[in-house]
Formats: sequence, C-alpha cells, structure tokens
Amino acid sequence: MIQVEGLTKRYGDVTAIENLNFHVARGEIVGFLGPNGAGKTTTMRVLTGYLPPTEGSAHIAGYDIFSESLQARRRIGYMPETVPLYPEMTVRGYLHFMAEIRGVRDRRTAVAEAMALCHVEDRAGDIIATLSKGYRQRVGLAQALLHKPDVLILDEPTLGLDPRQIIEVRELIRELGQERTVLLSSHILPEVSQVCTRVLIIHKGHIVAEDTPEGLTARLQGATRLVVQVARPSPKVEAALSTVPGVEGVEPAGDGRYEIASAPDADVRTAVAETVVQGGWGLLELRPVGMSLEEIFLQLTREESPIEEIAEQEVEADA
Amino acid sequence: MRNLFAIAKREVQSYLVSPVAYLVIAAFLLVSGLYFWLTLGWMVQYREVPTMRYTIEFMIVIFVFAAPLLTMRLLAQERRMGTLELVLTSPVQDWELVMGKFCAGLALYLMMVIPTLLFPLTLEVFGNPDWGPVLSGYLGLLLFGAVLLSVGLFASALTQNQIVAAVLGVAGNLLLWFFVGAPAYNPGISPRVAHILRMLDLRAHLQTFVSGALDTRDIVYCLSVTVFFLFITTRILEARRWRA
Repeated sequence: MIQVEGLTKRYGDVTAIENLNFHVARGEIVGFLGPNGAGKTTTMRVLTGYLPPTEGSAHIAGYDIFSESLQARRRIGYMPETVPLYPEMTVRGYLHFMAEIRGVRDRRTAVAEAMALCHVEDRAGDIIATLSKGYRQRVGLAQALLHKPDVLILDEPTLGLDPRQIIEVRELIRELGQERTVLLSSHILPEVSQVCTRVLIIHKGHIVAEDTPEGLTARLQGATRLVVQVARPSPKVEAALSTVPGVEGVEPAGDGRYEIASAPDADVRTAVAETVVQGGWGLLELRPVGMSLEEIFLQLTREESPIEEIAEQEVEADA
Repeated sequence: MRNLFAIAKREVQSYLVSPVAYLVIAAFLLVSGLYFWLTLGWMVQYREVPTMRYTIEFMIVIFVFAAPLLTMRLLAQERRMGTLELVLTSPVQDWELVMGKFCAGLALYLMMVIPTLLFPLTLEVFGNPDWGPVLSGYLGLLLFGAVLLSVGLFASALTQNQIVAAVLGVAGNLLLWFFVGAPAYNPGISPRVAHILRMLDLRAHLQTFVSGALDTRDIVYCLSVTVFFLFITTRILEARRWRA
C-alpha cells in the first residue's frame, strides 16, 4: 500500500530525511517512532503530496505521490499534527466540507458514520472553537476517515489527549487497521508497542531500526548483559571477571560497577558471583540488564556512537 | 468545478460569521451613501443631468483600500491554521482553491455593491438619469473589483499574517491605481515607455466605463490583470513544490 524508495527531502542545506526505504502492506499498522525533529512530519508531508521529495519516490496504492498526485491523494486520509480545523464551523459543517472536497458522493451517510466511529456525534452541531482538545483531535480523525481511504496517515494522533481518550483512540486505530493501512507517528513508545504491528525508528532523517515491537526488543537483548557492583573495586576485579568462561567483555562503569557482556546462550551469573566472593571484593549487586523499548529507543537515538554500532548489527542481522 | 464551488461556499459562510465582513460592508455603504448624497447637492446646484459617475469613481477609490480587507484572510489564515495543508492534501487542484477563494471574495463584493443600486433608483424616482453610463459604470465597478480583489488575494498568498496581507494588498492596489501610471507624465520619459505605463495604469481605464463609452480594450485590460494575479497566486501555492 505504501512503498517508499530512496526518499530524500532537503530544505536548502538542511536534510530532513535521507534515503528512506520502507514498505507497508495492507492491514498493517506501522508506527513511525522518533524524537522531535527526526523527520516524521516531513516524511508524512511528502507521502501526502504536500511537499515534493528531493530525491527518490513514494507510491500510495500504486500511484506515484508526485506524478499521480491526485490519484494518490484520493486514497489517503491524513491527519496532520496540528489537527487543522476551521474554528468557526460546526463539526457537521466541517465534516461535510471535507467530504465534499474529497469527492464523497453520499456525504450525509459518510459524515454520520465518521462521527459515530470517532464518538463526536453528540457535539455535531457545536462550533469547533468551543470543543475541548480531545474532541478536536477526534474530529480531526473523523475527517481522515470520511472517504474510507485505503491508507491512513496520522501524525501524532494521541497528542494532547487525556489517558482515557488515548486508550479510545488507540482502540479505534486498531479497529481501523484491520481493513486499512495505517502509518502513525509518535514519540511515545508504549503507544507504538501496543498499537503497531511494526515499528520504524527514525533518527535524524534515517531509519535506524525496523522490526516488530517484540522483535526489536529481542534483537537488542541478543547479547546478554550483566551489571555487577562490588564494595571494594580494584583493577584485579576486571581481570578476574574476564577469565570467567562465557564472558566476552568487562567494562568498568564506575562506582564499583562492571558491565559484563556474555555469549547469548551462556548463563554466567553463578560463575561471576563466585569469582567476586572468592576475590573478597564484596558483592553488592548482580543483575541482568534487559532493554525495554524505551532503552532501545534511547540507545538508537543517542547522539554518540551507538547508532553506528546498531546500524552495523542491523546489517549483520540482515545479512 | 465542484471543489471550487465547495470552497467558495465554505468561505462565504465563514465570512458571514465573522464581524469583519459586516463592518467592511457597513462602512462601505455608509461612506458611499454619504458621498452620493453630496453629489446630489452638486447636481442640483450646477443643474447637471443626474449621474452616478462621481459616486462610482468614489466607490472604486474606497475599494482600493477595502478589497484587501476582504481578501486578507483568504489564504493567509488557511496557512496559519494549517488547514491549507489539509485542503492541498485532499484531491483538490491548486487553481480550484485559488478560484474558490476568489469567487468567495467576489460574492462578498457583490453583497457590498448590490445595495448601492438604490442610488441610481433614487435618481430615477426624482429625476431622469441616463441609464447607459450607469450600467457601464456598474460593469466597470465589477471588473475593477475583480482586479483589486485578485491583487489582495495574491498578497494573502504571500504571508500567514492577515495584517501583513492587508498592507501588502493596499500597497499593491495603490501601485496599480496610481504609481504605475505616474511616471508617464514625466517629460523626460520616452514616449514609448510612457505609452506602456499609461496602458498599465488602472485609473486610466476607468473613464470609458463611467462616461458610458464602453471600450473592449478596457474590459480586456481588467480581465487580463485579474487572470494574471490569480495565475501568480496559484504559482505561489505551487511554489512549495519547487523548493525542493
């Protein structure tokens, strides 16, 4: 449904996104995850035909977003991050207008259905300016559903909602994702891991990881890590620990802590504990470090080297 | 075409819920009504044939300033609210949006101008006006309105600030109304350039309309200036697609 190949967008000298490649199949809900300014909104604007790509191409339902823009746009429901609404219109009036410019034939039914789906029918006659943030957000979502598009592109769909509304919107997206293709952006991790079937992590205009939420977690936990803290650190500790069978690396982490990397299958915990006790260094703590999606995200999007490391791991994993 | 109509209709509805439109219309009618009343005095004093000529000229001068107040929001506001992104990612062509906005402005302009038809009707009741110049004057009013509105719409496409759009629009209208033709009267200027400048001068095209001597050149002038500004407005919207 969505095919993106070598997509690059530059604003003058600033490169917003560079060489993005991804495909989204029908019925997938793909989360576009990244810190603010990573290029999520730019990507969505290019996909919806609002901005042209500098290089590369993108197809929506088989139509090129640049050369067959109108055809592609007919198949997209888009909710921009700012949720643009005409504040002086009523909810119903606004949806009617949007249905009209989207070329919907039976507007009355389409508006009624979209309002019911997004639970805004109780405020149908109200002026948009008087609505709360949550209602506006849902009106914005209703607007994207009017023409029953194949592809839904939602930029930060739960931004500014209260927890109950967030749950409702997520459920709605999950429902919609059964028949449609959904690409949503977010910088909130639990949201993505709960709603999406696949996650693309974007950082500084590059896709740094792409997998299912579970797969991503599993892949980054591949090499098991332990943290040991001792009461009386000494250079000997490091040397002794490196000799433990199965240990692949030891790094002092300060404050008497050592980070131990071990082979994926080896459980070195007992051996490490015994070594510390025998050395008389005083074992204070020994724990495995699993990475939550948060940590993975932070690691992937940190400023320094980890990006390259993980990118290398990615290449290896793909090969 | 259906998109154009939908956009125009929505825009007119939005006009009618905002106080700006009513204020502009009310002020316009008040001032032009007062001016018409003054001309009645002159006509009586100098025993002239009842005419709309002065009032129509005056209304156009007022509209040089009023048109940008009607058009300032048209695109600037959409840009500011982000709704432009929504409209332009819908299957709507850029020119449909521009024409829809222009038609909405024109519709509002008609709402301003149509009540002034009471003035010539008043003349008919109390005197014996020459209807030829009145009708051609109103045609001029319509065509000049289109020119002034298209300049205002162009200004509105340049910014997301309504005030800036209004100022730019007034400046543009004044330029076209007054300053383009002004250098033509400088004796140092070559006759050829002076001729071109005089042709571009908006004001110079008004006389035939108000005197009742319709000239196709003036009609073509108004239509082509309008089309020109609508065209470059469309190009401005498209420009986001070039800034690649």
